[in-house]
Parts: sequence; C-alpha cells; structure tokens
Amino acid sequence: MNLSRTAMATVVAFIAALGVGILLLLAVGAPPFETLGLLVEGSLGSASKISITLLAWSPLVLAAAGLVVTFAAGLWNIGVEGQIIMGAIAATWVARTIEGPGWVVIPLTIVAGVVGGVVWALLVGVLKTRGHVHEIFGGLGLDFVAAGLATYLVIGPWSRTGVASTSGTDIFPEEAWMPTIDALGVEWPVIPVLLGITSVVLVWLLLKGTLFGLRLKAVGNNAYSSYLMGIPTDRYILGAFAIGGGLAGIAGTVQVTAFHHKLVPAVSGGYGFLAILVVLLAGFSAVAIAPIALFFVAISVGSTQIDLRLGLDSAFGGVLQGIIVLFVLFAGGWAAKHPNSSLTPQEEP
Amino acid sequence: MALEIRDIYKHFGPVRANDGISFTVQEGSLHGILGENGAGKSTLMKILSGFYGADSGAVILNGEVLELGSPADAIDAGIGMLHQDPLVFLPLTVLDNFALGSPGPIPLDRSEILEELNRVSSGLGFEFDPSRLAGSLTIGERQQLAITRLMWLGAKVLIFDEPTTGISATQRLQLFATLRKLAENGLIVLFVSHKLEEVEDLCDSVTIIRQGRVVFEAEMPVPPETLVEKMFGKVFVEQGHDAVPLGDALLRLSGTVLTEGTTHIKDLNMDVAAGEVIGLAGLEGSGQRALLRACSGLLEPKAGVLSIDGKDMSKASYRDHLAAGVHYLPAGRLEEGLVHGISITEHFVLTSEDKSFFIDWKAAEKEAESEIGDYSIKGDPGSHAEGLSGGNQQRLLLAMIPDAVKLLLLEHPTRGLDVESAAYVWTRLLDRRLEGTSIVFASADLDELLRYSDRIVVFFGGEVFAVRNASDIDGEELGYLIGGKQRV
Repeated sequence: MNLSRTAMATVVAFIAALGVGILLLLAVGAPPFETLGLLVEGSLGSASKISITLLAWSPLVLAAAGLVVTFAAGLWNIGVEGQIIMGAIAATWVARTIEGPGWVVIPLTIVAGVVGGVVWALLVGVLKTRGHVHEIFGGLGLDFVAAGLATYLVIGPWSRTGVASTSGTDIFPEEAWMPTIDALGVEWPVIPVLLGITSVVLVWLLLKGTLFGLRLKAVGNNAYSSYLMGIPTDRYILGAFAIGGGLAGIAGTVQVTAFHHKLVPAVSGGYGFLAILVVLLAGFSAVAIAPIALFFVAISVGSTQIDLRLGLDSAFGGVLQGIIVLFVLFAGGWAAKHPNSSLTPQEEP
Repeated sequence: MALEIRDIYKHFGPVRANDGISFTVQEGSLHGILGENGAGKSTLMKILSGFYGADSGAVILNGEVLELGSPADAIDAGIGMLHQDPLVFLPLTVLDNFALGSPGPIPLDRSEILEELNRVSSGLGFEFDPSRLAGSLTIGERQQLAITRLMWLGAKVLIFDEPTTGISATQRLQLFATLRKLAENGLIVLFVSHKLEEVEDLCDSVTIIRQGRVVFEAEMPVPPETLVEKMFGKVFVEQGHDAVPLGDALLRLSGTVLTEGTTHIKDLNMDVAAGEVIGLAGLEGSGQRALLRACSGLLEPKAGVLSIDGKDMSKASYRDHLAAGVHYLPAGRLEEGLVHGISITEHFVLTSEDKSFFIDWKAAEKEAESEIGDYSIKGDPGSHAEGLSGGNQQRLLLAMIPDAVKLLLLEHPTRGLDVESAAYVWTRLLDRRLEGTSIVFASADLDELLRYSDRIVVFFGGEVFAVRNASDIDGEELGYLIGGKQRV
C-alpha cells in the first residue's frame, strides 16, 4: 500500500517533470517532441552511440554505488567529485610511470585509482570523526583542492611536451588503455561495464546480507543508539568513506584509461554530483541506481545531439535531470507527509 | 485582576496530560503549583505561555478570555514564562538580549533601550553591566535578565518553572526576595516546583496536580504530610520479591564527584553487592541519571573511585564497561536505545553474540520470533522500531539485554507498561540476581521502587539525601524524602 503510493507519486512527478521540460522547450522556441526524440536517438540510436552511453554509464554507476554506502551510513559524501579526480590522478601517475604489458599496467591503474579515492575520502572521514568538521564542508573543500591539483598537473609537471595547455596531458601509451571488444563494428567498453555491474552487486550484497552493512545502516539511522549497542561508530563511518572513495576512485580510473586516455582538468565530468542525484532518485537503493544511471547518462549523451542538430545548448540535458530529481523528491516528501490523502480514487472503502 | 484557568484539557495520543484543570489565582499572590513528574504541570504551563494549544478550555485574565496561539500572543496578553534554562542568547551582550524582546520599530534606538534597561532593572533591584556577554553571567543572573525583559514587556503574570535548579543558595534567597516583591507590586506569580520546602517558604497559596487533575487547593500554610499525600496519592506496597543471598561488593563508589549539565554530585559513597537491587529515587534531574551514566562509562567522574568487580573503571571507556559486563538501558527509547528504520529482527542481529560476517536471515528471524513471543512484543519480526508503541519498544529493549550481565543499569524500566507486563518484566529481571547480577534502576514510580528494591537511594538537588532499606519505609516517607524533607 505504502510502496504503491510512493511509486504512484514518483510516476506522477516524472510526468510533471517532463511536462515542465516541454514547457521550457516551448518557451525557448524549440520543438519539444523533436528535442526529446533527439535525446533518445543521440544516446541509443545506433550501436556506436550505445557504446558511448555505456562508457559514460560505468563511472556514474561506480560513483553512485559508493554513495549508496556512504548514504547508508548517514553521510553526505559531497567529496565524491574530488575522490573521482584523485583516483584519476593516481591512475594517470601509474599510466605515465609504469612501463609494461597491459595486463600489468591496467590492474595497477585500477589499484592506484582505489588508493587515490580512499585516501581522499578518509581525509573527509578523519576531519569528521576527529575534528568534527561536517563531511559536506570537508568534502566540498577537498573537491576544490583535487580540481586545483588536476589543473596544476595538466598545465605544470605533466604538461604535453612543448605546450602547456588545459586540453590535457599527453595521451597514455596504449598499454594503459582499458581494452575494448570489437563487435558490430564498434568498440565495446566491456571492462568498465563489468566494473559497474560488479560494484552494484557487491554493494547490494554488503547492505543486504552482511553484519557490516547492517551496522552501517544502524550508525546512519541513529549513531548514538548504535554506540550504546557497542558498535564502534567512528570505525564504521571511516569504513563507509573508504568504500565510497574506493569506488569513486575506480570511476576516476575509468575516466582516464577508458574514456579520455589522458588526464584533463575536468576529468570527473561532473559524474560525482550527478551520482548524488542518481542515488537520491533511486531512493538510496543499490539495485535502482543501475537503470536510473542509464537513464541519466542517456540524457547527458543525447543532449550533445540537440546541440548539433537544433543549436540548443546541451545544458538542457542537465536542466531536465535537475527538474526530474526535484519533482520526484518533492513527490516523495509530499506522499510521506500526507499519508491519508489519495492520489487516485481509492478502490477499497 | 485575577487569572482563571477554566477546564483545560490536553491529550497527547492516549495520554491525558491535562484532564480538566480549573483554578483561579488572585492579584498579588505567590501561587505554588506542585506535582510529581508527569503530573501535568509542565503541559499546563506550556499552554499558559502559548507554547501548546489546549484541546479545550479557557485562560481568562482580568475577565478577558485570552487567545494564546503562540508565545508572542501570551507575552502580548501579559503572561511571561521563565524557563528552567533561562531563554538568554549566550553569545549576545546583556543589552542585546534585553533588546531582543523589543516590540519597537526597526532600527533599534540603543541609547533609549539602555535607559529602559537601567530603569526596569533598578526597579527590580538588579544590576547589570549592559556590555557583558550573557554567556559570562551565572544562571541566577541570566534569570534576572530574563525577568527584567519580561517585566519591560509588560508581564502581569510571571510563571517560574523550577527556577531554583542550578543556582546557588544566595541567588535562591535573592530570587525569592524578588518573587515576593513582584507579588507585592500586584503581579500574579506562579511558582512551579516539586520541592516542598520551597513552596512552604515562599507561597501564599498552592494547587496540587496529580494525573492531569487538580487534587488539592489551599491557602498556605498546609502541613507537609498533607502536601505529600496529595502529591503522590496513597502508596501501600509490600515487598514484591524474596531476598537472594548477596555476594561481595560489585560496584563501589567512594568520594566520587560527577558533573553533568546543571547537575553536580559531590562525594558519592555507595557499595552495591552482587545480586542486590538498588532503586534510585528523586525528582528528575536530581542526579540519578548522572550516576547511571557514570557507572556505564558514558560520564567520566571528576574525582573519586568508581570500581566494578574490584577493578577501577573511573577512566575506562564505555566499550570497556560493556566488556566488563555492564549494560545500560536509558530512558529515551528511540533516541538512545533503538534505531528507527530498522526491524525487530535486525535489532536482535545487531545485539547478538554471533558476529559472523554474513547474516543468516532465516535463523535471525526465527530467533526474533521466539523473543517476540517470550517478551510478548506486539509486532512482527519485520516491524520497524518506530512503528511499535512505547510499551512494546520497552519490551524490545529489555529483550535485547544480553544474557551474561554483571551490572544492569536501568532508567524507568517499566514506564509506559501496564501493570501486568511490568510485573512480568521484573520477574525476568529479578531472575538474573541468581547469577549474581546487580541491578541499579532509577524510577519515578514509588510503588516500583518500594516493591523491587533491596535498598532505595534518594537523590535531592545533586546529593544523596537518604539511603533506606526498602522494607523499612513506606510510600509516605519516601514521598517526604523525594521532596527533600526528613519526616520528624
């Protein structure tokens, strides 16, 4: 009963959000249905477009899976952007420094990404548990530091031979590229997708089936009661940050070794913040993030088409994502606050 | 001018906090409102000060029915409330605190307000340095500041809610002098307290509230035994358990000093034997909670000895106490015990001895079902903690107490349970004595204290006021002791 009410509210919110999106398009004089059609075509219209969408889906899902863990512990890990960037920087260091065959270098870039993300996330965690700095402020501050560090490396020590430009470092040697599989004339990003799927499954298992996950949830819902039960709350908070940061770090690795093949200043692609929206929309459920992340990247990837074909700024994709999240959250909150009002005529007396 | 309270009803769910309260207070009188914890005094005062709306009934001042929709309405109508923690903004100066209540236009004219502050405070006999930060004032001075502000705003009725908590003896005398002066000037002063002596010293008349109703009204003086009897009702109790042979001292306190918030306990000396049941009596905030928190490792003693099972635990952490076999069950069920959004089964998994990484949900659910039956919890294994009624939350908490516990610390263990469940819970608790478990519990229920304790420790104003064998005293005497009086 309650579940179906929430589901109903979500559907209504979704339709309302689309309606507002259409009104917005009409207001700027764009053909609404053609635009929405282009979003779909631009992201799923051909094999090569699907492969691009999947390549974008992987880091988003990895970051979102990590956020499911930190949210379960009641933490607002706004620092996820910085954790992605630090993962990317660490992976770049491996790709630039370590020479060897792909089967050596690629796993090392992943490990390095994990280390970079974990270190950055634990900094936020230690600031919180030892210094009582709220994780939103700690995370936000470290986001700026990571972004600054990436820019500095790109135009400074790691700049392309002879030129210092923000367009990125030298392209990595091919041994450091995440391998793809050729099919239907398209290169498929199999490893990133597998990493994404694995992260979702593991996070789901962790939260559903393990004592660690249950304790994390207890700490997130009531840290003081958990402490009284004898749970070392600080250790669990740090654990949640480590897992969230590790997965974000892998997302950073994917960004540099599978997508850009170099380090660029905006290496995170905004996936950290987008992942927060995905998790909010998914209602903090690990399973739901996979399809919702797909939907979100489809909008992002597809919106480059509306730029090319209609001359409409691709930022429209982000606007649409934002509207959807706000409407769905509002509907969820409204449904929770008005448990007795009906959205649809009631069937039972 | 008179303040009339007419037929006030206020229910919170099934709890009838105010169940038809009516009384009248005349101009210029200092009127005491007495009642034990949970009698409904605070609810009534919150209605008078506009904090709650009453379900029905009226507040009439000077023949006029007041519309009290908010604290601002109450102040406009001339009713001012002085809270136990004076409403003072600590980071602001005295002058700014005073000006905060200003009904005047923006911008404030500070020099004019300064004159007002001096005028009103000198009329009351208070002295302030207007530029001092309120945080540097004592509790007594903060009270004076709050009184000054309310008087400036034109209060005709002043409500004092337990105003002597946390202030020094000198400040108490000064406060009482102020109260008398305010009454002489024609104000109506309501003095809410559960300290018999203060009401005897100060008040011209008194109203006693019990279980949401007025049970007694009189002009003072009234013999103290009448006040006690009216406050607590008649309590006849027989000891409800057989004594078990007591072991060696399990918990030992000697010269222990505890400080928490406004509670200061000096020089605590007490031994609790293995298998003994100690009841902590006293009005809320008299020191019982601080003692329980100290014994559980949540509050570090400032000085003195706190040893458990022969080991000094005064510097040990909460988790060390857990490991030493101490279990503490605080009063706030959903705040400091259960976790919302988590099922009954999950609660048992969290507190289980089994620490394996993967959870066997089938076995866990079976275990939960058997505990639910055992403690007759009304709920399913999947019910979330916040969905249970208060009594069932308490049963769940009791069911979560581990098997092997040496020292059990309980705060209001059966509050909200019906008589039968309470008796059942106590049977289970007392059984633990056979394994040498000691129980220390705080309760506001005299019946419970007398029935289940071996010894009763009475706290009053942060001191151990009396220690009695439960079999040696009756409810009347316990009532006296809780009110801070020895029976002559």
